[in-house]
Amino acid sequence: MVSVLRFSGDISSLSRDAVLGTWHQLPDDAKGRVLLDFSGVDYLNSSGIALVINMLMEARRGAHSVRLFGLRPHFQKMFRLVGITNYTELHPDEASALESFGAA
Amino acid sequence: MQIPRPHPPFESGTTVEVRIPSRLGFEKVAMSTAASMARLMGFSEDRVEDLQTAVAEACINAIEFGNRLNRNHTVGVVLSMTPGELEVRVIDKGEGVSRVNSHHDIDRKMRGEEDFRGMGMFLIQALVDEAEWVPRAAGRDAYVRLAIRLDKEIQGVDGN
Repeated sequence: MVSVLRFSGDISSLSRDAVLGTWHQLPDDAKGRVLLDFSGVDYLNSSGIALVINMLMEARRGAHSVRLFGLRPHFQKMFRLVGITNYTELHPDEASALESFGAA
Repeated sequence: MQIPRPHPPFESGTTVEVRIPSRLGFEKVAMSTAASMARLMGFSEDRVEDLQTAVAEACINAIEFGNRLNRNHTVGVVLSMTPGELEVRVIDKGEGVSRVNSHHDIDRKMRGEEDFRGMGMFLIQALVDEAEWVPRAAGRDAYVRLAIRLDKEIQGVDGN
């Protein structure tokens, strides 16, 4: 099973409950393979990136696999700059992200 | 290759000033203003987005750490056009930073050894051509000065 968390609007320090809260509410058996959908995200700042890093750290500790898709090119650039791509994969769309799980 | 640019609808030295409340979210007002001015100067959308993010991070730092979310203080944003450069000064009522800490280590963050936050200065330095943090002095508030230059733009477009 693959779980998909879809974000929209802003991801900033004001989004802590929406981002981490949603992740924490996922039952453990739904965390094995998770996709984060950023296609509806208009604004992302360093505090929002920190929330994603926090989630990735928790996923790593739980041996869960999290992958991202739908990021605008500028957000992809920001994620590459901070090194998030060392710990997860960025995919252009949901289909390719899903396919990557199949190939894993 | 020389990139043709639109005739600039401004005179050199044109300055725009914006004051935003010390409330998170209002950094978007400064982002929009910076984007409009950068587009008027002929910067590419990539560079406009880089500047917007840097301005947002500078404003967030000013709101949170400079003005400490004090609603009695505003954050000043002064944007100045010169023939080859767009400069943005973000001014707050704090002391300013005595040491620029743009250190960021994703590996330490992923091991839980470093605060998840604290990437603002790192991003600012990565996204603009110049970034300078100036502490408060007698008769002058603390500010951060950001600049993007058109000559860097042409280099980037040409891939040099």
